[in-house]
Amino acid sequence: MNSAAIASKSAAAIEKARSEGRTALIGYLPAGYPDVQGTIDAAVALAENGADVIEIGIPYSDPVMDGQVIQTATVQALENGFRVHQVFDIVAGITSRCEAAVLVMTYWNPVMRMGVDDFSRRLAEAGGAGLITPDLIPDEAAEWFEASDKYGLDRVFLVAPSSTPERMAMTVKASRGFVYAVSIMGVTGARTSVSSAAQQVVEAAHAAGAERVCVGLGVSKAEHVREIGAYAEGAIVGTALVATLGAEGVEAVGKLAAELHSGTTKN
Amino acid sequence: MTQSPETPDAGEKPDTADAFLSSGSLRHAPGPYFGNYGGRWMPESLIAALDELQDTFDKAKADPEFIAQVAELNRNYSGRPSLLTEAKRFSAHAGGARIFLKREDLNHTGSHKINNVLGQALLAKRMGKTRIIAETGAGQHGVASATAAALLGLECVVYMGAEDTRRQALNVARMELLGATVIPVTAGSQTLKDAINEALRDWVANVHTTHYLLGTAAGAHPFPALVRYFHEVIGDEAREQILAQTGRLPDAVCACIGGGSNAIGIFHGFLDDPSVELYGFEAGGEGVDTDRHAATITLGRPGVLHGARSYLMQDDDGQTIESHSISAGLDYPGVGPEHSYLSDIGRAKYEPVTDSEAMDAFRLLCRTEGIIPAIESSHALAGALRVGKKLTSGKQNPQDVIIVVNLSGRGDKDVATAAEWFDLLDGNSPEAEIGAEGEQL
Repeated sequence: MNSAAIASKSAAAIEKARSEGRTALIGYLPAGYPDVQGTIDAAVALAENGADVIEIGIPYSDPVMDGQVIQTATVQALENGFRVHQVFDIVAGITSRCEAAVLVMTYWNPVMRMGVDDFSRRLAEAGGAGLITPDLIPDEAAEWFEASDKYGLDRVFLVAPSSTPERMAMTVKASRGFVYAVSIMGVTGARTSVSSAAQQVVEAAHAAGAERVCVGLGVSKAEHVREIGAYAEGAIVGTALVATLGAEGVEAVGKLAAELHSGTTKN
Repeated sequence: MTQSPETPDAGEKPDTADAFLSSGSLRHAPGPYFGNYGGRWMPESLIAALDELQDTFDKAKADPEFIAQVAELNRNYSGRPSLLTEAKRFSAHAGGARIFLKREDLNHTGSHKINNVLGQALLAKRMGKTRIIAETGAGQHGVASATAAALLGLECVVYMGAEDTRRQALNVARMELLGATVIPVTAGSQTLKDAINEALRDWVANVHTTHYLLGTAAGAHPFPALVRYFHEVIGDEAREQILAQTGRLPDAVCACIGGGSNAIGIFHGFLDDPSVELYGFEAGGEGVDTDRHAATITLGRPGVLHGARSYLMQDDDGQTIESHSISAGLDYPGVGPEHSYLSDIGRAKYEPVTDSEAMDAFRLLCRTEGIIPAIESSHALAGALRVGKKLTSGKQNPQDVIIVVNLSGRGDKDVATAAEWFDLLDGNSPEAEIGAEGEQL
């Protein structure tokens, strides 16, 4: 991964887990769900119960990579009047209360609307680590390369089972922090088992030079985290946390994080 | 161009877009970029499928067998070439300009949509895919996709907003008669854009077996250039026909714009004829001074939606704004990227036409020419009346002004909506109920 001069917050968090003999645990929550304070409280509960990296998703009107549970949560956040700039309050709220690296996951149009430079500056000022960009590929990311270098932000691109070796190499090189390996051809959502394609994607990313690869999509249980830990640096859990937050609240999110964390210890 | 040297390893892409711009011709723009528009704002999971489609398309275009296959289907299945009909009595209402109608309404399935679906279904077969998925608003593209799937022996699944399935129950039945499965989409605003979102989610999960048969000249590269390619036949025929019938090129070409596929098809034939003015008419809904319209280029701002950078109806946060039009086929908050480019460089002009102007033109064509147009196409007709009056203003021989209008579809599907609009129904009839729902579009 390039731009070694820039200290990556998410890389540091993942390396810390590695030095402790653990798989890094990354937890996703949608911004503004159930409300701004609720997102901050749930994220802090995640961090206090073992999440190394927090991923805050910006609710968007057309979330093509998201399944039903996350769609329902983000629609509710938008209906409650969530505004994009509130994500900076959420990031600042979390980083002031815990050590976890905080990434923002966002579809690209809200960033483009605010202006890539403005968005990046405000994210950096809020203490954010960088962006995960599900519908931005490196081919279209010229403005984001410039802004992420300028403000020292991580750029986490996705790789998929369908990525060709050429695209894998290009995407690994373009990423900073870690590479997000999509475990399955599909959208977000809890699944009973982690696809066997995941290991192959991770191996291909490692072979292309990635130092840190984390697996997302369909990861919902401690046993999934343990399984992924055998071949990847981190496991990303989203839908299971969102469903728990919606049904049982912040405390239950903390409990689920602790349970997931039990799967992070490498044998 | 969004490309920059900072992009690792991505600078090796052949810069076809630049070559096209420096050639001085606007025809056959290959993508991925049209000026600052177009590109691929898509999940990585789908990039391999888009590359495969691009590759298959490039090879097919160069294969005489494929070209012959498309031509044969166009001729013996769709009924091409479609006629160019002079609308003599209608012309009297356009300041006396001579108006010619490109009769895409006479194609099999009743609109221009068949051109694209046959071409893409053939490409799907070339890629070895056995299943096609499509989005539909009013049902026109869904019906056309189901038709092509039946003809070529492909499985077909159509995503349609749940709102739209209720408003267009007969089109749902048509698709089912043709063997397609229609899935109502309950996410988001339950309309066309959400049907596209759901089709994309299906595509990500089933890309090995499935081709996404996108219905308009929008979306990620190569769709805008590919969909245009299959509609270029409209403009090619129209140019030849108007030359044969009048001995010269028209002064203006008019088309309606939702995503913009019929418009880009007819514009393409005249892009390199600078004397021909090109007009795209967007859905002005209840007026562009209200928030109920679909005038994307007129009032939108550049952004990315469904894979392309283009003009977009969006709020200050970049959230897509719901569009409104009496015509479901124009009720889309985005627009194809090539139109955004043609607008920026001034080659084509884009103007809104309100529901009420479109419905006046709808009735006028019925009564003066005996042709019931689609409400979508009625926007182009209303625009042509406006352009005709403008171009003939102060002229002694208004009949020297020639305008070609793309009559992109027939209006049979719109009879309930029109009957309600013109208050032709007994208020208690089931048709009145359907019409009333249609009006809430």
